[in-house]
Amino acid sequence: MADDILRLEKVCKAYNIGQSSATEVLHDVDLRLEHGEFLALMGPSGSGKSTLLNIVGLLDRPTSGRLSIKGHDTGALGDAEITHLRGHTIGFVFQYHLLISAFTARENVMMPMLVDRGFPDPEIEKRATNLLLQVGLERFADNLATNMSGGQQQRVAVARALAMNPDLVLADEPTGNLDSKSADSVFELMRQVNRDSGTSFLLVTHNLELARRCDRIIEVIDGRIQA
Amino acid sequence: MNRWLPFEWITAVRFLREGRMQTAFIMGGIAVGVGVIVFMSAMLAGLEANFIKRVLTSQPQIQLLAPDQIARPLRHAAGEFEDATVQRPSQRVISIDQWPKIRNQMLAMPEVTAVSPTILGSALAVRGDANRAINLCGVEPDSYFKIVRVPDYIVAGEPRLTSEDVVVGTELAKNLGATVGDKLNIQAASGANRVLTISGLVDLGSKGVNQRTAFVALRTAQSLLGMIGGVTTIDMTVADIYAAEDIARRIEAANAVEADSWIRTNAQFFTAVQAQETSNSLIRIFVALSVAFGIAAVLIVSVIQRSKDIGILRAMGTSRGQILRVFLLQGGLLGFVGSVFGAAMGAAALIYWHSVARQVDGTELFPLMLERKLFIATALLATLTGLLAATAPAVRAAKLDPVVAIRG
Repeated sequence: MADDILRLEKVCKAYNIGQSSATEVLHDVDLRLEHGEFLALMGPSGSGKSTLLNIVGLLDRPTSGRLSIKGHDTGALGDAEITHLRGHTIGFVFQYHLLISAFTARENVMMPMLVDRGFPDPEIEKRATNLLLQVGLERFADNLATNMSGGQQQRVAVARALAMNPDLVLADEPTGNLDSKSADSVFELMRQVNRDSGTSFLLVTHNLELARRCDRIIEVIDGRIQA
Repeated sequence: MNRWLPFEWITAVRFLREGRMQTAFIMGGIAVGVGVIVFMSAMLAGLEANFIKRVLTSQPQIQLLAPDQIARPLRHAAGEFEDATVQRPSQRVISIDQWPKIRNQMLAMPEVTAVSPTILGSALAVRGDANRAINLCGVEPDSYFKIVRVPDYIVAGEPRLTSEDVVVGTELAKNLGATVGDKLNIQAASGANRVLTISGLVDLGSKGVNQRTAFVALRTAQSLLGMIGGVTTIDMTVADIYAAEDIARRIEAANAVEADSWIRTNAQFFTAVQAQETSNSLIRIFVALSVAFGIAAVLIVSVIQRSKDIGILRAMGTSRGQILRVFLLQGGLLGFVGSVFGAAMGAAALIYWHSVARQVDGTELFPLMLERKLFIATALLATLTGLLAATAPAVRAAKLDPVVAIRG
């Protein structure tokens, strides 16, 4: 139990509560993710995967149930505490890489640390450069995000997700937009990070072949976790 | 990244730099607006200063006169009059009663900066066969020249006023065929006359005034006008020229004198100045409003365009306050930088216009007044306008739900 990075108990999520259009997207979801685990989350479109990921990522709140991250019950936390916990514990990799186009690759990686510390000190820059080296993109450190291929951008996004040394990385179909070679390379990168640093990963994917290379596969169908 | 700038500044500057075209256009709009404000404000301030300088250095700001003489009807009892009609009496030139006491009272007032007793009357200037009616103005040069800058308007000779000197208007000298050093015979209506030497010629900016004006020493005028020891007016200047009318009314209420302020005697000019200021203020308000709407429109579009960026920033731990500040800063920066360009444009336009626009006599239309405080005030106003205009977009950005923002 103490090793759980993430724990969901009876988590439900409904929209438009009290209206005729009320919809429950997640039903009594129970989920555990241990430290260092690499979990694949699969399911058809509209099954509630992204909603679950948003709740786990503290971008959205459950309607009911309990969500604990590193043993902290998030239900009792205010907006500022949630933002702080998210910034320090969770890294995100999105499907459309979503780098900030106004910044270079290095600056994008620096961003989470800059948000946290307020000023861009040399230590931040050094760590960003090291992370780019780790994902094999040190040569592109000063390239604007728009001047890189999709695969390269996604690698930068992985580096950025690792910037705050998070306990958990949430990846929402990170390879969905990449060719098979780039997809494989990005997946291997995440797996390598997982093995080397013990960072837990929750990977949403439609790619069964990649999912099989994860520690565990969970399937979400109609808002419920399938055994 | 500049290591001295915080996250909010870095992000705001980058967002503005990335949307180059948008930023350039709105900054151009702000610069034009600010340029118009700077140009108009500086030009109107120059015109007003020029006008005020001309008016206030060639006439007193407050003039105290003996009250009008009135005929009081004889009465037997309440409501019963001796005469059916009371004829208005002729106004003799008389001295202000107890003028030294009033002068001392005026000097004791903190708002008053200079006081000078003068004596005004009519006389005839005769030189050979030529003679002209003149307004004889007897003054104490030391105090009077602080009020009416006669030395500034001397075009020949010097503003010397001993008991033997007279300073005359340029047109009067021309009409009498006289110049500096020539003698004039000044004859008063009472028959008294003195021969005085022209010590200087003065151009007070008006042909009519230059045809009639003659300054002499106070004692000379008192002797000529048969009013030994008396003065007809007490001229004054005050620290706040726009308070002159209020001060005049207070003096009139407390003393047995009539007090005329420059505001009352130049009512038309003063109204024109106020109308100019009102129109200038209105232009400022409308320009500021259009600048504010422009900034708000651009930033609202920017918030929509950058919703994914905002979502990512929120996902990586950026607080709502930080997002709010990023967009407020963009508004402030647009206002400030636009105002710097605008101030430069306005100043350049003003310098050009100053060199081109001339009066009929070739002198400058207005003095070039590029005061630092105008630029500082304009930059502050533009920055504040930018910040206020950015409030609505910034709040909208801060309130964006990261889930919705990332989904776009």
